[in-house]
Amino acid sequence: MTTGATTRAGRVSGLARVRGWFSKSAVQIVLVVVALFWMVPGIGLLVTSFRPLEKVAESGWWNTITSPGQLTTENYSNLLGNDTLVDAVINTLLIAIPSTVLPILLAAAAGYALAWIDFKGRDAVFLLIVAMLMVPLQMALIPVFRIFRTVGLSGIPAVVVFHTAFGLPFAVFLMRNYYAGLPKSLMEAARIDGASEWKIFYRIVLPLGFPAIASLAIFQFTWTWNDLLVALVFSGEQKPLMVFISNRLGQFGSGIDVITAGVFISALVPLGIFFAFQKYFEAGLLGGSVK
Amino acid sequence: MIALLFLAPALFVLGTLVVYPTIETIRLSFFDRFGEDFVGLDNYRRMFRLDRMRTGFRNSMIWVVVFPTFVTTVGLALAVLSEKVKWRSAFRVILFMPAAIAVLSSGIIWRFMYDADPGTGLLNAVANVPVAIFNPEGDYPGVAASHDGLIQEEPGDAISQVVEAGPDGGVALLGLLRLTDAAIPPEAVQAFVPTPAGSGTITGVVWRDTTPGDNIKGIVDPAERGIPGITVEIIDTSGTTVATIQSGLDGSFETSGLDPGTYRVEIPGSTFREAWGGINWLGEDLITLSAIIAGVWIWGGFALLVIAAGLASLPQETLEAARVDGATEWQVFSRVTVPLLKPIIAVVFVALTINALKMFDLIIGIAPGSVQDDANVIALEMWRTAFTGLGDRGMGSAIAVFLFVLILPILVFNIRRFRLEPEG
Repeated sequence: MTTGATTRAGRVSGLARVRGWFSKSAVQIVLVVVALFWMVPGIGLLVTSFRPLEKVAESGWWNTITSPGQLTTENYSNLLGNDTLVDAVINTLLIAIPSTVLPILLAAAAGYALAWIDFKGRDAVFLLIVAMLMVPLQMALIPVFRIFRTVGLSGIPAVVVFHTAFGLPFAVFLMRNYYAGLPKSLMEAARIDGASEWKIFYRIVLPLGFPAIASLAIFQFTWTWNDLLVALVFSGEQKPLMVFISNRLGQFGSGIDVITAGVFISALVPLGIFFAFQKYFEAGLLGGSVK
Repeated sequence: MIALLFLAPALFVLGTLVVYPTIETIRLSFFDRFGEDFVGLDNYRRMFRLDRMRTGFRNSMIWVVVFPTFVTTVGLALAVLSEKVKWRSAFRVILFMPAAIAVLSSGIIWRFMYDADPGTGLLNAVANVPVAIFNPEGDYPGVAASHDGLIQEEPGDAISQVVEAGPDGGVALLGLLRLTDAAIPPEAVQAFVPTPAGSGTITGVVWRDTTPGDNIKGIVDPAERGIPGITVEIIDTSGTTVATIQSGLDGSFETSGLDPGTYRVEIPGSTFREAWGGINWLGEDLITLSAIIAGVWIWGGFALLVIAAGLASLPQETLEAARVDGATEWQVFSRVTVPLLKPIIAVVFVALTINALKMFDLIIGIAPGSVQDDANVIALEMWRTAFTGLGDRGMGSAIAVFLFVLILPILVFNIRRFRLEPEG
């Protein structure tokens, strides 16, 4: 009796194990296929960027598997010898760096006030800023364009000012929420010691806020580096990479070599940041999912 | 007072560059293209009448309905599937990479993937594999019949001739056009001139029925070469193939022993079948669907990551309790996991809906210039109307307001959700 029961139980668990093994392998296979689906387009572009123009027009990039001899760095050397592209890279940096620093500075201060200084209407102000998070920037393009024309702001500074304004709501939101999570006793102790609000902010809150600032910086830098719409409207002759690439799209066919290499060069920076600061990148993105 | 010092710079920037312009845009939407003359609701009325914009609104609605659901489902499925896999972090990094690069670049990457030519577009190259096995390109693609005595529906289809196999035998003249001299094998010689060969026979020739200066078709002229190796079928009135013959070096073929009667002499369509042109992913009919698929590739990793973070924070005891009670994995997923994840799924869904409404760079990247009108969406149309061509600021403002109105319910939803959260 006892033996029989044991055997039966053993058989059942054996069967379950086999079934479990199969469904586990099935899951693995599905995930491998999905991962391939996600990798192949990028690999295709990378390979294409190393192929000569005439080959790109006549055959697919996967042909390089059988004839790798056709690979060349020509597209890249053409691009790097192209002053417009080098200028575009510089312009992109000149846009992305201040567009990251400025909103963070403003938001770090504003976030502190909203989290730790009591004043009338604080919640209303914060709620208003949260509401601005979801105002599409299309709602501001035309009037801001007119304001900038009136005050004579154009090119890179115009793009930076616009990015600063539209980066602010999210930056304030993130900083305020991060500060609000800091222990209350810390501020109280400092205040009892007679530290000024400025000193508390500068000496205690700002350094403690580093993780939030890092996430924010990475999010905002990537966002402004990759931006097309704001740059199209405001950059004028000081074109950043995305405008450079989208202008070339008009000549798709003749300019494919430049486009593929340009796309790859423009992707290097955000991908590098992503791999170097993955933790902060994801934190910023998760926070940014309200945007 | 001190609070104001900390807040003032940010509030000044937000006031002048976000709040004021938002109100100003609403005002401008009631003015003409230069923002000078009041035109009432004209911009709004005109907006819904223009073809290009109607396409844009329709496409944006498709985006809003399909895209968030699609991406959230993919993200949820992959988050759950990858949860127990050892290499899940590598998997998630791979899926997230497209979210790091510019949306414009992703669009361009997919424009290459979607190329209609199976020779250069990967998706069509993959689709072409079964096509090449079951419907391969013929040896002489796109060939046309040369004279009125032949039957062919379209160039590239089967070519046949109805032949009477009488007491003297029948003759078939299968003249072909639209093939170059170079396409004919070099060993081919002067075409054979068929004559009746007696009772129960059909003799014929397959040849390139054209020479320079020749305007009479249907006759074998000197210097016209036969085409060897062509399969010719003799089919009787009941549709049965009674003989299958290959043409010789002079294009000749002959069959004998036929019962007297009428026959169809046919070169099957497979000989003339043209290479498959591929699915026109970037054509006007499929472009929005294709762009949405590219959108899944771009934002799927984002959905996966957010949902996976939610999944990791679920109370394991609850899931275990359900399993102990005998629930199957599917029941655990649908009755426990999903309901617990509802708040996080809502966050992802809302974020994707806003993305769908603001779609811009992807369309510019993926849609070739000639189909941009067909791929049009609200945000793209806003920019095109206000900042390209003559630049209609009034109409551009009206489109922006319309976009804002569509986002407004989400804004209200988010603020309400936000106020309900105890933390802030």
